[in-house]
Amino acid sequence: MSETNGHILTVNDLKTYFQTEDGVVKAVDGITFELRKGETIGIVGESGSGKSVTNLSIMRLIPEPPGKIVNGDIIFDGVDVRKLSIEDVRKIRGKRIAMIFQDPMTSLNPFLKISTQLMEVTQLHLGHTKEQAYQHAIKMLETVGIPDAKSRVDGYPHEFSGGMRQRVMIAMALSCQPELLIADEPTTALDVTIQAQILELIKNLKSEFGTSVILITHDLGVVAGMTEKIIVMYAGKVFEIAPTAELFATPANPYTKGLLKSVPDPAHEQGKELYQIPGLPPDVAHLPPGCPFQPRCYRAEEICVQEFPPFVQINENHRSLCHFAKEVYAESIAEKANKSAIV
Amino acid sequence: MNENGNSLISIQNLKVHFNLGGGGIIDRITGGSPVRRVVKAVDGVSLDIKKGETLGLVGESGCGKSTLGKAILRLTEPTGGQVFYNGKDLAHLSTGDMREQRKNLQMIFQDPYASLNPRMTVAQIIGEPIRTFNLKNGKSVEERVQDLMETVGMSRRFVKRYPHEFSGGQRQRIGIARALAVDPEFIVADEPISALDVSIQAQIMNLMEKLQAEKNLTYLFISHDLRAVRHLSDRVAVMYLGKIVELADGKSVYADPLMPYTIALISAVPVPDPEIEAKRERIILTGDVPSPINPPKGCHFNTRCPYAIAECKQIEPLLAEIKPRHYAACIRISPEFPYIEENKQNNLGVIGAGVSEK
Ligand SMILES: Nc1ncnc2c1ncn2[C@@H]1O[C@H](COP(=O)(O)OP(=O)(O)OP(=O)(O)O)[C@@H](O)[C@H]1O
Ligand SMILES: Nc1ncnc2c1ncn2[C@@H]1O[C@H](COP(=O)(O)OP(=O)(O)O)[C@@H](O)[C@H]1O
Ligand code: SF4
Ligand code: SF4
Ligand SMILES: [Mg+2]
Ligand SMILES: [Mg+2]
Repeated sequence: MSETNGHILTVNDLKTYFQTEDGVVKAVDGITFELRKGETIGIVGESGSGKSVTNLSIMRLIPEPPGKIVNGDIIFDGVDVRKLSIEDVRKIRGKRIAMIFQDPMTSLNPFLKISTQLMEVTQLHLGHTKEQAYQHAIKMLETVGIPDAKSRVDGYPHEFSGGMRQRVMIAMALSCQPELLIADEPTTALDVTIQAQILELIKNLKSEFGTSVILITHDLGVVAGMTEKIIVMYAGKVFEIAPTAELFATPANPYTKGLLKSVPDPAHEQGKELYQIPGLPPDVAHLPPGCPFQPRCYRAEEICVQEFPPFVQINENHRSLCHFAKEVYAESIAEKANKSAIV
Repeated sequence: MNENGNSLISIQNLKVHFNLGGGGIIDRITGGSPVRRVVKAVDGVSLDIKKGETLGLVGESGCGKSTLGKAILRLTEPTGGQVFYNGKDLAHLSTGDMREQRKNLQMIFQDPYASLNPRMTVAQIIGEPIRTFNLKNGKSVEERVQDLMETVGMSRRFVKRYPHEFSGGQRQRIGIARALAVDPEFIVADEPISALDVSIQAQIMNLMEKLQAEKNLTYLFISHDLRAVRHLSDRVAVMYLGKIVELADGKSVYADPLMPYTIALISAVPVPDPEIEAKRERIILTGDVPSPINPPKGCHFNTRCPYAIAECKQIEPLLAEIKPRHYAACIRISPEFPYIEENKQNNLGVIGAGVSEK
């Protein structure tokens, strides 16, 4: 046991690589972050940036081979998850750390009743008897807002709509009152009104049980309203980490700035051309030399092609991976001052 | 709503009902559904699309957006109503004429992968409609294909490659190039950006706007992403279970939604601004979108509407002009009393346009 300092999770220089025909894919390449008890952190990034691999690594769910955690510490409540035997990891997984995936159909067994699937979890982790587990399953379905839970509990996954299946997944994830909930694109497949329901549900459960949450999404709107701090990932690296308000107001990284500007803001007039980041999301097996964002970056200079950028500390809670992090930050502050002067 | 003659596309009371069977003698013997089951995917839609405009179509999954788009192009046969293109009723065209018109009416699909033949090269895919319509032949087809590649921002060098060798955004560009190959006037773009990364979504939206300006294209832009729809569209139509429930210019739909479903939908859109998010009151709708198989009677939204009254289960609201050029379908609002929240507080009951159902 080491000191936790009020942190439920500390990830330090995590590297997870995959051996592929294309060579070594450095899916996650040196990620560091901390999560306080009761805090929600958002991880945003384009597809393939390493969001899911980060979280599968924390849960020790990386398929090995082809994958392998090659470096780093994952300290969950004072315990290094990497040093645990797989049996001990299983005791934590589903009980103290729970996960919700993007597509609930892949994680629900289509041939088993919802009740059976919910009961398995608490029988295994909480030592529930069948009857206790059954009652608990109904209670959990009610908690996540499934109408008429008593009669729906014995249904099969295909009898539920997408939004309801996602709620069943959340019920299952929360049935042991986990200390950490990892939600990997929990609403990406859902309609906005259902997305609003699910996000509200996660918020309520957070305040009720004090659960810490890692929320992975590509939607900057979702993290804006749900998180205390945000990690922006690109090509397996943390490009920026900052408190949510600060990241949106004064980003210190050109990639973050580009992402923020390329989302249409519904408050704005129609017809203005959107800012667009040129080029394609990176192919992690074939990264360019220097900064991985360099071929797409509006601000790139010679040094960006030559050298990998430093992870610059802007202030206590704000860091950015960029040769010009301080300058970009100063520009953001100036732009913000300009904007409020106009308004 | 046929307010002026410059509509490129005029849709009148269009219906697409899918019969799922049931209710017959055989069903009773074989244990099928005892009642006839009909999906009213599109259930009496009237819309005018003006030349050069982008009409946005939003709504939740399964509400009938794609079916409406396909029915306009007659890729799905409507079961009722009419579609006029430049004043001509598309249903009454001869096969030859329809073929000729098809050239002017194109579609871009949501899943750029599924809609491209994996065994054809990019050159073959984009060249196919050019050959089908005999627009060019021989060497000039190749030239045209290469020009189109450039138009959509791709290198001419890629023409010999296959779809799987491209990213999602590039495949979407290929889909757009194919639609443009025949110089259409009207394009139904069905969720063209939904499968793409954020940075690529911006690229495709900008491309669509650029092409529209250059070629005076008219778009029906289908999406469940209200932010994208707001950005691209001149006017926005909101669909719920087969019906248009609100229609106005993009700004009004966003800033001044009138029908309760639209109000909830707009309030659910996450805004990429933590300050706004912290202050927002979100309307959380209970329950799921009801099944379009035998949808609820009266107003289809009554099972989830926070303002529903008993009459909403009997009266089907009509799309009415509540404010100038701003249409909404709700029996609890009227031009005189456009705001549902106030009307609720003042205990106003049925004041809007509707038809009683038996
Ligand atoms: N060929 C068909 N036979 C039977 N039902 C159909 C058929 N095509 C569509 N439907 C049904 O019609 C309804 C509307 O479908 P449609 O594909 O138009 O929805 P949508 O609004 O485009 O949804 P999404 O946002 O998920 O693409 C759905 O309930 C769908 O299941
Ligand atoms: N099982 C695997 N085998 C090989 N490569 C993988 C595997 N899982 C993930 N990767 C690669 O790791 C990178 C990061 O993937 P992922 O974390 O899933 O991205 P995302 O940010 O979209 O969640 C991608 O390049 C992906 O192709
Ligand atoms: S290091 Fe250079 S290329 Fe990378 S983000 Fe900063 S300015 Fe852009
Ligand atoms: S008609 Fe009734 S149920 Fe429908 S939107 Fe209006 S108040 Fe709600
Ligand atoms: Mg992922
Ligand atoms: Mg569709």
